[in-house]
Amino acid sequence: MIAVDHLPVLQVVGPLIAAPICSLLRARNLAWFFTLLVSIGAFLCSIYLLNTVLETGPISYAIGGWAAPLGIEYRVDASNGFVLLIISGISSVVLPFAKRSFELEVPENQHSLLYTAYILCLTGLLGITATADAFNVFVFLEVSSLSTYVLVAAGAKQDRRALTAAYNYLILGTIGATFFVIGVGLLYMATGTLNMADLAARVGPIGGSRTLDVGFAFIVIGLALKLALFPLHNWLPNAYTYAPSAVTAFLAATATKAAVYLLLRFCFTIFGSGSGFLAPMVGLVCMPLALAGMFAGSLAAIYQYNLKRMLAYSSVAQIGYMVLGISFLSITGLMATTLHLFNHALMKGALFMALGCVFFRVRSVNINDLSGIARQMPWTMAAFVISGLSLIGVPLTVGFISKWYLISAALEQEAWVLIALILASSLLAVIYIWRVIEVAYLKDPIPGRTVTEAPLSMLLPTWALVIANIYFGVDASLTTRVARMAAEGLVGVAQ
Amino acid sequence: MSMETALLATLFLPLAGMVLIWLTGNSPNLREGVTLVTAVALFAIVLSLLDAVMAGASPGLTLLEVMPGLELAFKIEPLGMLFACIASGLWIINSLYSIGYMRGNGEKKQTRFYMCFTLAISSAMGIAFAGNMFTLFIFYEVLTLSTYPLVAHKETEEAKRGARIYLGILIGTSIGLQLAAVIWTWIAAGTLDFTKGGILADQIEPVLLPFLLALYMFGIGKAALMPFHRWLPAAMVAPTPVSALLHAVAVVKAGVFTVLKVVVYIFGIDLLTQTGAAHWLIWVASFTVLAASLVAMTKDNLKARLAYSTISQLGYIVLGAALANHYAILGGALHIATHAFGKITLFMCAGAIYVATHKTEISDMQGLGRVMPFTFGAFCIGALSIIGLPPFAGTWSKWYLALGAAETGMIVVVAVYMVSSLLNIAYLMPIVARGFFRPSPALATASAGAAVAPAKGGIQEAPFFCVLPPCLTAAGCLVLFFYADAIIALLRPIVE
Repeated sequence: MIAVDHLPVLQVVGPLIAAPICSLLRARNLAWFFTLLVSIGAFLCSIYLLNTVLETGPISYAIGGWAAPLGIEYRVDASNGFVLLIISGISSVVLPFAKRSFELEVPENQHSLLYTAYILCLTGLLGITATADAFNVFVFLEVSSLSTYVLVAAGAKQDRRALTAAYNYLILGTIGATFFVIGVGLLYMATGTLNMADLAARVGPIGGSRTLDVGFAFIVIGLALKLALFPLHNWLPNAYTYAPSAVTAFLAATATKAAVYLLLRFCFTIFGSGSGFLAPMVGLVCMPLALAGMFAGSLAAIYQYNLKRMLAYSSVAQIGYMVLGISFLSITGLMATTLHLFNHALMKGALFMALGCVFFRVRSVNINDLSGIARQMPWTMAAFVISGLSLIGVPLTVGFISKWYLISAALEQEAWVLIALILASSLLAVIYIWRVIEVAYLKDPIPGRTVTEAPLSMLLPTWALVIANIYFGVDASLTTRVARMAAEGLVGVAQ
Repeated sequence: MSMETALLATLFLPLAGMVLIWLTGNSPNLREGVTLVTAVALFAIVLSLLDAVMAGASPGLTLLEVMPGLELAFKIEPLGMLFACIASGLWIINSLYSIGYMRGNGEKKQTRFYMCFTLAISSAMGIAFAGNMFTLFIFYEVLTLSTYPLVAHKETEEAKRGARIYLGILIGTSIGLQLAAVIWTWIAAGTLDFTKGGILADQIEPVLLPFLLALYMFGIGKAALMPFHRWLPAAMVAPTPVSALLHAVAVVKAGVFTVLKVVVYIFGIDLLTQTGAAHWLIWVASFTVLAASLVAMTKDNLKARLAYSTISQLGYIVLGAALANHYAILGGALHIATHAFGKITLFMCAGAIYVATHKTEISDMQGLGRVMPFTFGAFCIGALSIIGLPPFAGTWSKWYLALGAAETGMIVVVAVYMVSSLLNIAYLMPIVARGFFRPSPALATASAGAAVAPAKGGIQEAPFFCVLPPCLTAAGCLVLFFYADAIIALLRPIVE
């Protein structure tokens, strides 16, 4: 079928066209339903693409029939096929949840525009991931960022601070994007091409050019801002805290993932070949920052009273794990990163959605307001506990799989100190998760408060992710297989 | 029922029981009935496996593959069989006791209590029959998590603090150290299967072996090797049946069982003997044995004293593992069984005293033996067994452990065993002596004010369900003395 051949681009163009249509749908239920359809369409598309990639290898698509390097190429291989699946999958799970959540948290007249922004954000993230053109990446980076600012600002009905959070994010995000585009410009200056495969082929022979090195540094720092690598994470806690619950769940599970994927792509596909700059850049800059982030994020999380902010800081720590995996520059390390992209999306998605359920009933996610809440919302809190255990990395959950590969990667290089640090920081997660469990389960409910379980439309999506947390923790054969293919693909291009 | 089915049944039957307990939570009689039936059925299934295992069978099965090469697999071998028998057997008695204790004290949230109990037993079965270190690690963690609500059961600030220490140390050591050891083993050896003779020979530099062993030994926090022993006294805030579960049935036994498994099936006794990698452990374990005994003498709270006694007794087993010879390993494995019977008796007696009189301090227990003769009689037998005096079970395990120490020619270690036995006498027997021979304060005041009528000499025992179980296990201490050779016969294949 011909349409099938166009799937790599339809995956992105479909939502892009859908977004303006959505803005015309004034009825909010209709807008929601339309968004859900678009998202599920993208999800099915990504499943098909990943499946094809696993069977027959990478798919290349030339937009408008213009072959690379002149035209824009879309290229799906195991690594970005996997990320496409994560993004569209999480989006499809969050949307059913989002309906009730938005009804509470966002003014009614803004709904269709909010869904439009949501679709645009989805488009941007999918575009970043699917494209094989460095400048096209920038375009979609901006699409996703601009729509994200809108999404974050939509939390203003609940808390006006959402506006400053969004503004802060706007400034920093723009700086990050600028750094990125300067880097791409320098690359173009040195190589005369923007196609990733072409770039890779030309970067090698040039070798140690200062232009290239500076370009690479600009790109890494721009992306580090986007993915909230410590100490460039400043925008993240406020943005996640004040955005509407469903937006936080979606962003936490997807936005930083796309940026991490980009970092992988630039580090390995493009600069992996020949540039002597990769090892020092990653080893001397990224690794210490990743380690610092793991501890700073977790320690900050321990002292938070607002649980959304607590999980936001936890995300900073988790991003540290992903970048640490990259900095090992080994197959196992890349597998750890790729697995954690997926696994972290599942656990943080579930955790933020559970908090969304709590907010829906209690109107607060302050730890002091959650006293004894487990008795009133047993299913919600059970979901929180299970995904919290996953975050800690208890066996039979996905968190354990990530940790296993991360430690394996460190062990392969006999980096004993790193192993000790990884294990120590993962124990910090026990502390901040257990604070919540103690308050929710072992304290008496606040007298006089009658709170009931969250509605099914929110509970079911949350539990879908919780079950995924367990399923992919018990049987990780699929995810590890994809992660291995992705890692080998990334490094294979480099050699 | 084929052996494989029976094996799976040991894992899933308690889980099924858990669901039933949840469903019958509103009718206490039915709920406790479910607990008992599950316990008896589980023990029957475990026993049905015993004969074949004695005959040398070693059935196994793989449930699923979690990561490439890492399987959730089960295999029955003698050591695990012993642990499963003890855990499931004592669970019946502990359930009876729980019913008496929890009702006697009017504890709340009993449904959650029984559910967590069954989950803990299920994970103990998983640990016992794990076919590789990966599977064992998983169930080890499940056991920790499922016992947390039990330790925190009273939900007071003190209980929460105790439970926090409990969880913190157990999760901290298992994730911080043991997981690293497991992954290291996996990378070095390419397998985690429990294999006779070990899997590490020639796979890892001999210089590094002591470090790997240290990661395992300190990482198995449930074995309470100093300095990771604080969780045991902290967990004393739990209701007494939970303490019995922790100390005798599942948790600490799972710890020392894992220690033995690692020494026998991961490192291999021969490798440890040849390289001397376990030499340092002898000293750490000896220190734990003696130091814990000395601390126990200073404790006036009965459960705290018993807790330190447990730490010391676990040290015996770890010491046996460190000696790494046939006798010491046999002695260590046997000690799992004999200490379980002795210690559960002591704890259930402590609980019975609490239910009847609400006394927790030893200094308050003067003359109580005359009021609660059965309880104190059982306590006396349990204590004698722990000390290692014939005709009680503890004799044999100490005998084999000392024999193992003598075989290595380390007279100091023999001395450690002997001195600590003396210390056992010093901290356990005064409790009995106080109970039986010192006049109770009530009697003393009564005789002082001579006009008052003669003190009541009546017997006031705890409820029947609190007194019967310790008497049964005390009898078990006696019976095991005469049948220890059967256990030795079961265990012998692991060292030959």
